[in-house]
Amino acid sequence: MRAPDDDPVVRTVDLAATPLREVNAALHAVENGGPRRWRVLNPRGAHAVAAGIDAPIEVDVEGHVGYYCAGMNKRAMVRVHGNCGTGAAENMMSGTVVVDGNASQSAGATGRGGLLVIRGDAAARCGISMKGLDIVVRGSVGHMSAFMAQRGRLVVCGDAGDALGDSIYEAHLYVRGDVGGLGADCVGKELREDHHAELRDLLERAGVDDCEPADFRRYGSARRLYNFHVDHAE
Amino acid sequence: MTEFDTLGKARDELERRAARRGWRPGLRESALFDRNVIHEIQRAAREGIYDIRGFGAKRAVPHFDDLLFLGASMSRYPLEGYRERCDTDVVLGDRHAARPLHLEIPITIAGMSFGALSGPAKEALGRGASEVGTSTTTGDGGMTPEEREHSTTLVYQLLPSRYGMNPDDLRRADAIEIVVGQGAKPGGGGVLLGQKISDRVADMRDLPQGIDQRSACRHPDWTGPDDLEIKIHELREITDWEKPIFVKIGATRPYFDVALAVKAGADVVVLDGMQGGTAATQEVFIEHVGIPTLSAIRPAVDALQDLDMHRRVQLVVSGGVRSGADVAKALALGADAVSIGVAAIVALGDNSPAYEDGYEEIATSAGFYDDWHEGRDPAGISTQDDALAARFDPRLGGRRLANYLRAMVLETQTIARACGKSHVLNLEPEDLVALTVEAAAMARVPLAGTGWIPGADER
Ligand SMILES: Cc1cc2nc3c(=O)[nH]c(=O)nc-3n(C[C@H](O)[C@H](O)[C@H](O)COP(=O)(O)O)c2cc1C
Repeated sequence: MRAPDDDPVVRTVDLAATPLREVNAALHAVENGGPRRWRVLNPRGAHAVAAGIDAPIEVDVEGHVGYYCAGMNKRAMVRVHGNCGTGAAENMMSGTVVVDGNASQSAGATGRGGLLVIRGDAAARCGISMKGLDIVVRGSVGHMSAFMAQRGRLVVCGDAGDALGDSIYEAHLYVRGDVGGLGADCVGKELREDHHAELRDLLERAGVDDCEPADFRRYGSARRLYNFHVDHAE
Repeated sequence: MTEFDTLGKARDELERRAARRGWRPGLRESALFDRNVIHEIQRAAREGIYDIRGFGAKRAVPHFDDLLFLGASMSRYPLEGYRERCDTDVVLGDRHAARPLHLEIPITIAGMSFGALSGPAKEALGRGASEVGTSTTTGDGGMTPEEREHSTTLVYQLLPSRYGMNPDDLRRADAIEIVVGQGAKPGGGGVLLGQKISDRVADMRDLPQGIDQRSACRHPDWTGPDDLEIKIHELREITDWEKPIFVKIGATRPYFDVALAVKAGADVVVLDGMQGGTAATQEVFIEHVGIPTLSAIRPAVDALQDLDMHRRVQLVVSGGVRSGADVAKALALGADAVSIGVAAIVALGDNSPAYEDGYEEIATSAGFYDDWHEGRDPAGISTQDDALAARFDPRLGGRRLANYLRAMVLETQTIARACGKSHVLNLEPEDLVALTVEAAAMARVPLAGTGWIPGADER
């Protein structure tokens, strides 16, 4: 999946030599003509790497990154060959972000579209306040994942921590392993045929070929917190 | 008719009204359990849930009214009204941003969401503010194309809920405001009741239609000032370091919060006192959490001065600003600009006696209406009902707002000239005295006629 070293259409930038500002500015300017494939070397935990791209380009980040990698991504395919700090692909709009490692807390927070794939584990609050994004985690997710999740799908092939889906709205949650506990207003739901199809499609798009949709359980909103309870003791 | 006849008539009328309400001499109302308290206890007993409303705090707290300007006389000389210049322009956000805001007046329009307010009301705010060269602010619900179009300078809020947040709007905005808190509810998240979650509002927020929405109070992807610094950095990267970044806080511990906002990299700090307006919040929050605007400004300015950042990171103060006098007092205490919410809506026509019949229909009255969360506003401002919203003319509303802002600026200049200042930002604490011991202590200006500033040697 990685861009080859000797491909002439691949532009390689080294964060050990080039300031992040210049790299991101170049990634924001590609719409005006420029390479469609990029390799970013030596990220060494930098924050906001490849944040704010709005172009159908491919970016391989070769190493670990800090907070908000690929934040608010639009259209681009960003692959991180390492671990991500807090808020990977936060508020992503479209495109694909693949983390070939683990992601820290709030991965995919508030994301509104596109696909986030985490090949390792994700920490707490994965998919918090998600608004239409799809997230597939090959490993497990930490506590409070999908907190207030509004729309989109979260697929967890491993286990989920405590308080999964607390105060969830209409997002669909699928977990294959154990759930530490369900948050307020989150309940187990029937896995119907259309959900099988939805899951199969997501797993396929995420490149996960060793999990069967039938092994997952579905969770969602009981919709008991949607309206205030006002009594009328007259 | 003699003066006595008139007075007598007035007294008779007052007594008739009191009698209608059931009072006669000898009936003594409790200061603790007055009729409002009794009404609220019985409402709670009926409904089993807290009261939610709009507007700001209604209780009296020490405020700008408790301050007076000294004006010039022997030791200082005033400037001629009209003839001598008294400038009002301010620059916001020139610390890091390539494109700071240049405003012609030091009064901005505070963040009020589409959702809380109707589309035409948002349009009117944009029209009015643009006409006099100042900015408007989006709110908890995202940016509408209409408000972008009608606001020359638009500040885009990034709130805990992140409803509608997207990088295109970030890039379309003239500045970005990270909302940590709001004066009406420091520590609380947004509330928007089902009546106002129309299809369009639901769609913009990715929520089901008709739910009672309770938004997050903490940001989903950062906690604390160290994270905030990284978040600000990300927003700058996404927008190529062009836009000023504001951080808005509710007034609670202003010295520390302002210092931390500056440390996190804010270009502008917006400080909203407890009287600050809201579209919908628990009454208990509005009246009991946060500190008065008057008490928050000096500690905020201390923080800026201690960091050598006063005037380099600008301070925008809000919460109960109604007139040019309030503007002048906020500036004299060290603010760079003020922001208005409730006053702007009132200028558009909210609570106007012209809608008295409409207010009566929903069991309220002009001057008292605060159930903005219910969306039944007869003035068509705080509603998502198309028929009600259609009653409001955004052009007329914009004109009213522009007039009101102009009047406030003239008032501010009147005071500034009287104090001998050629720019409104040259007003200073030395121009002020206080009417009460409390205000003297909070604003750190002497009690009028004395040299006494209570607590002055404690800092
Ligand atoms: C109708 C209304 C809606 C508001 N919506 C928001 C909002 O979405 N985000 C926000 O930060 N503050 C919001 N506020 C608070 C204002 O931005 C501002 O802090 C406050 O109104 C200032 O105090 P003032 O009303 O006394 O001028 C709202 C206020 C009102 C009156």
